[in-house]
Amino acid sequence: MSLRIVVAVKYVPDATGDRHFAEDLTTDRDAVDGLLSELDEYAVEQALQIAEEADDAEITVLTVGPEDAKDALRKALSMGADQAVHVEDDALHGTDALGTSLVLAKAIEHTGYDLVVCGMASTDGTMGVLPAMLAERLGVPQVTLLSEVKVEDGKVTGRRDGDAASEQLEAQLPAVVSVTDQSGEARYPSFKGIMAAKKKKVESLDLSDLGIEEDEVGLAGAWTKVDSAAERPARTAGTIVTDEGEGGKQLAAFLAEQKFI
Amino acid sequence: MTIDHRLPAEYEELRRTVEQFAHDVIAPKIGEFYEHHEFPYEIVREMGRMGLFGLPFPEEYGGMGGDYFALCLALEELARVDSSVAITLEAGVSLGAMPIFRFGTEEQKREWLPRLCSGELLGAFGLTEPDCGSDAGGTRTTARLDEATNEWVINGTKCFITNSGTDITGLVTVTAVTGRSADGRPEISSIIVPSGTQGFTVAAPYSKVGWNASDTRELSFADCRVPAANLLGEISRGYAQFLRILDEGRIAISALATGLAQGCVDESVSYAKTRQAFGRPIGANQAIQFKLADMEMRTHTARLAWRDAASRLLHGEPFKKEAALAKLYSSEIAVTNAREATQIHGGYGFMNEYPVARFWRDSKILEIGEGTSEVQRMLIARELGLTA
Repeated sequence: MSLRIVVAVKYVPDATGDRHFAEDLTTDRDAVDGLLSELDEYAVEQALQIAEEADDAEITVLTVGPEDAKDALRKALSMGADQAVHVEDDALHGTDALGTSLVLAKAIEHTGYDLVVCGMASTDGTMGVLPAMLAERLGVPQVTLLSEVKVEDGKVTGRRDGDAASEQLEAQLPAVVSVTDQSGEARYPSFKGIMAAKKKKVESLDLSDLGIEEDEVGLAGAWTKVDSAAERPARTAGTIVTDEGEGGKQLAAFLAEQKFI
Repeated sequence: MTIDHRLPAEYEELRRTVEQFAHDVIAPKIGEFYEHHEFPYEIVREMGRMGLFGLPFPEEYGGMGGDYFALCLALEELARVDSSVAITLEAGVSLGAMPIFRFGTEEQKREWLPRLCSGELLGAFGLTEPDCGSDAGGTRTTARLDEATNEWVINGTKCFITNSGTDITGLVTVTAVTGRSADGRPEISSIIVPSGTQGFTVAAPYSKVGWNASDTRELSFADCRVPAANLLGEISRGYAQFLRILDEGRIAISALATGLAQGCVDESVSYAKTRQAFGRPIGANQAIQFKLADMEMRTHTARLAWRDAASRLLHGEPFKKEAALAKLYSSEIAVTNAREATQIHGGYGFMNEYPVARFWRDSKILEIGEGTSEVQRMLIARELGLTA
């Protein structure tokens, strides 16, 4: 039977753009171009590699987001994913991570899965909690923050690199994994991939398709609330160390003071 | 009926992908290769991996199922960042693989195209000789068919041949005189010579003014023997073949020149916004603003010119004049933009570590290669019905 892989991806504002919050303190999506979160590209790449190794695999790429989020799906399809699922509903505006994990979990169950692959975090919210929330909601094992991942004999194995040690982990499928930016550079879509992506199926779902009530998601259903947001203050001038024989020591003292060493 | 100059969505996506690739992969590394006159194998491998060498070829030969327009879009985006890798792609596809695709037998296509499309091998086209460039009819290299062994015996020298001496060069298609017509004019044919064939010598790389991370060599053939089956297309059709290849190639060079001109705008606008003089950014001065406005205008116009020629080619319409116009205009404005970009950068523009210095060195050849500006004017005048 074919290995069913679902990659959960996020459409985020371009991190190189000038990003702002809207009046209700949600992300202002109109002010800056959006794209497939770069950290999720690693997840798509690992899913593609797992599928290439498997005899028979099918990759579904899934996102929850506004109309424009289709761009993120199209990018993943161009890279080689087989089909896409887009959950879009006006009531989703302002949904927090808990709410998003509910929608993703329902959509993943709707699609059917053996393995869910996520990036390590989004490049906008950067919370990195979704893989764990998803595993909990789906009731399956989680193997997170992998820099190497493999699927063999109904198991997923991988390596998680910490500061002090590397762990070799393993879980029975079905499972949820997340991969880091050390897992291997994502491929660039080829023109053939871009052309093929046009013909691939993108399924659109809304909350009622997934049996989710409006008050479980959105700003009203959020468990976390943003009270205020302030622009980061402009960068200050910095400290100039002039070397008069003691430069090295001064640098070390500065780094120690900033708790870098 | 709709008239729309904008790119279809999938072409725009290709353009953006190559733009991203050039920014992420080429820009951080190319200066080092250029400085040391090294061929950037790792970058070329990545270009192969994303299918750039297969862009205009059908999938059955390992291609991407795109077209010449798609190739030109990729060339423009590469050249915005660096011309050495752009010319490596241009020569590899337009001069290396395209003649085999257009004129080759099914067997030749199956043998060469999949590896050329993947970037595993590079192809080259040996036309120019020490004593004949624009006057390609003056070819001196000869190929004699040895009927005893059924082999071509090639003798002669080719010069300025791009991609001919890399570790991954697989073949050079060589033009050679294979006979004389009744009125004594040379008949030229194209012959595939695989790299490493005995009697085929590749000289050390030239020391060039620009394009320093690309591979350009002189080739010599001394009783070099290849099977008779290596003839590309029909005998004595070499002249017509390379005229077609050069007409197309002009559009590709035009796209590349447009990219260089755009790179000059990109770098200069960002420099003009940040470089301070007399208490304000130099971009606040009208002298600089007008330079930049003119640079942008020229680049935009050049882009329209190559896209027009390429779309005629795609639709099977005559495009000779439009290709010559595009090549002539874009190469001349590339030189102008590079000069202005260097000027805007002041002393830094003369430092090799600044991209605009590279652009300046890389621009001049665009007025020379694939038909000089004078040859383009000759062609255009001829298309206007003027004769010498």
